[in-house]
Amino acid sequence: MTYRLSPAAIHSLPGSDDITRAVLDNGIVVLTRPNYSSPSIYLSGYFSAGSLFDSEEKLGLADFVSSALMRGTQRFDFQQIYDALESVGASLGFSAGTHTSSFSGRSLAEDLPLMLDLLSQALREPVFPQVQIERLRAQLLTSLAIRAQDTSEMAGLVFDQLLYAGHPYARPDDGYPETIQAITLDDLVEFHRVHYGPRGMVIAIVGAVEPQKAIEQVNRTLGDWRNPLQPEPPALPPFVPPAKTLRQHHTIPGMAQADIDMGGPGPARRDPEFMAASLGNSVLGQFGLMGRIGDAVRERSGLAYYAYSSLNAGLGPGSWGVSAGVNPANLEKAIDLIRRELVRFVKEGVTTEELADSQANFIGRLPLSLESNAGVAGALLNIERYDLGLDYYREYPALVQAVTPEDVLAAAQKFIDPERLVIATAGP
Amino acid sequence: MTEIVKTTLSNGLQVLLKEIHTAPLISFWVWYRVGSRDEVNGRTGISHWVEHMQFKGTPQFPPSILDKAISRDGGMWNAFTYLDWTTYFETMPRDKIDLALRLEADRMVNSVFDPNEVASERTVIISEREGNENEPLFLLGEAVQNAAFRVHTYHHEVIGDMADLLTMTRDDLYQHYRAYYTPNNAVVAAAGDFDAETMLARIRELYEPIPMGAEPPRLARPEPPPRGEIRLTVEGPGETAYLQAAYHFPAAAEQDFFPLTVLDSLLAGPSSLNMFGGGGTSNRTSRLYRALVEKDLAVSVSGGTAATIDPYLYTLTITVHPERRPAEVLPALDDEIARIQQEHVTEAEVARAIKQARALFAYGSENITNQAFWLGHAEMFASYDWFLTYLDRLAAVTAEDVLRVAQTYFRPQNRVVGVYLPSAREDTVS
Repeated sequence: MTYRLSPAAIHSLPGSDDITRAVLDNGIVVLTRPNYSSPSIYLSGYFSAGSLFDSEEKLGLADFVSSALMRGTQRFDFQQIYDALESVGASLGFSAGTHTSSFSGRSLAEDLPLMLDLLSQALREPVFPQVQIERLRAQLLTSLAIRAQDTSEMAGLVFDQLLYAGHPYARPDDGYPETIQAITLDDLVEFHRVHYGPRGMVIAIVGAVEPQKAIEQVNRTLGDWRNPLQPEPPALPPFVPPAKTLRQHHTIPGMAQADIDMGGPGPARRDPEFMAASLGNSVLGQFGLMGRIGDAVRERSGLAYYAYSSLNAGLGPGSWGVSAGVNPANLEKAIDLIRRELVRFVKEGVTTEELADSQANFIGRLPLSLESNAGVAGALLNIERYDLGLDYYREYPALVQAVTPEDVLAAAQKFIDPERLVIATAGP
Repeated sequence: MTEIVKTTLSNGLQVLLKEIHTAPLISFWVWYRVGSRDEVNGRTGISHWVEHMQFKGTPQFPPSILDKAISRDGGMWNAFTYLDWTTYFETMPRDKIDLALRLEADRMVNSVFDPNEVASERTVIISEREGNENEPLFLLGEAVQNAAFRVHTYHHEVIGDMADLLTMTRDDLYQHYRAYYTPNNAVVAAAGDFDAETMLARIRELYEPIPMGAEPPRLARPEPPPRGEIRLTVEGPGETAYLQAAYHFPAAAEQDFFPLTVLDSLLAGPSSLNMFGGGGTSNRTSRLYRALVEKDLAVSVSGGTAATIDPYLYTLTITVHPERRPAEVLPALDDEIARIQQEHVTEAEVARAIKQARALFAYGSENITNQAFWLGHAEMFASYDWFLTYLDRLAAVTAEDVLRVAQTYFRPQNRVVGVYLPSAREDTVS
């Protein structure tokens, strides 16, 4: 079965005729696409100051810095920053990932100059006031205490520790209580001084603003930013998948439900197997009410409210796993059911019909996923981060259609080995 | 603003349509006037369970077909059960929406409720509840809600009590379905890239043949005025303490809802009532953030209410600072409450709350699903006019109104204070 988007639907997707891409003199890339259907704008972007730069002892530093940017700048104190934003119903926030830190915000279109001014102040002139930093530290420690009680988060954390042992991807970007305690004010100042700069920075602006105006405004606020200290992003060490099945349970007393995270390595976003793996993952644990996994664990055996698979593909080695939340008494039963589905998946792959269903879904959902300003901004950043080309979303239907059941089977067999699974659980 | 088509079919089904031509998408919703308010003890959680069973198929659309058909066409679909309503929606490419229209018409009457499916869904819902029970704020919220309503059926969580989830039968569920899933108890709402006349004709064709049902049963158990403040504690795992203060609040259709919305904005930051898209602003300049977080008594504070048919709750939720105790936080909260009861807020503060609401509205209108949501949602507790006039009614609020409602609703006698005491913190003797 072939699924086609109508010409109108294709035209509604971002492409080279309606995306404007500009590179400022200092290297900042600006991507913008107008949308006048609502008087608002969405702004987001990233810059190369991720947790890869963090030491073991001070893990969470990049995240701490990103959270501290809006606590005070040379011109505005904390209350002034948020008064400017909240008075007009706008929002702006920062967070750190592994490779990059990122920001996002939204406002009425008339307030874009304000948003860019605050963005620039936060990026270039943060002052890290001590009182604010200690307050933020208490907030970060509370988040970590809440994480420690979250069976799903803890299963995910153990999964990464097992799968990526010895690799930076094994580490949580937000650190641990002891590493957050170890970070000093000087650490924040120094991290910002060295790692914050225009190189590697990308900004997307989508909404009710003319592209040239948006670019001019970014140039006016960030175009003269320079930082000669900015280092190259560190190279990733080689990744060696586990040689045997690894299993670990993290005990959290008093919990009513346990969580499972099991699977193995997955492709990077730029790997040739990415699209086949992505479609295979849809059949395995996404399509409809969570694919084959949902069918086996939820629909047929009633073991879980949620059970699904996910593919995490980024710049480096990805992961491919199944997650489910079950009654602690059903843990083994659920793991067994999931394992059986994984065995079947790598042995038989997917049928032509199953693949066609997921292909139709991938293509058909494009207009919906790219409907909002936030959705389009995410797509623009995706295009830039992985160098996909401005017409990627218009070419996407053909890329999806080109995948065969053989491609899916080959991708499944390359990454998933039922004899070498990582099985992480958390619960009572 | 685009004009709305609003009509009622001969079988009592209300229809609201809004053309929006910004993307080739249509969002189609069916709302039923049934929710946890319609549940007696022994049947708590039944509306939500019926909602789950609506995905288990009809003779024409067996479960596997149904779910695949929507997904294949790139649609998004889901359902929600709340205090006053249950709703189902599909957002799909415009040329595929007919499937959603047919499916919803079919499952308004023809769902099977196969006993085997009921049995397997029982454990799924129990698992859903167990997942909730892992969350301290679910446990605390449930206890506070329960204490706030002794008589009114708003007293239990939508998911229901475990005892009832273990004992309800297939026939209980099916009866509930037949009693409340009738055209005269439903609202159909659609927004998106269609021609309203053509859409209405198709809706007539599919839905008008469905016979009108009996008037659905309603419970009339209004909550008597509270006789004094209630305080409670919930104990559980973890090391983080939480404090909730829940005030009895007017129904959404009442005039006082609007000055209280302004007050919410001032106290805890503006809450967005959008279900999709939206996203709002932060609350760091709000009075409670400054009084609690900036004073290192709490690490976060939020406020929120719901638009409901009967008076419900306005709940402030505070995450206590790791080095403080809930008993130290409550007096600081009370000082701020006293301030809004004693002093007029400034006109500038009121104006600011209105600008914030305008921005949240603009974000919410970025996507079609959220616009279709409002068409039906507003009908559940008031009418679509409520939504259309919302910003104007907020703009009419004066500092005098705010003072009056602060004095009326934010009395200690009108609230429940709940504290979550984590077992890993020995020092938190409330």
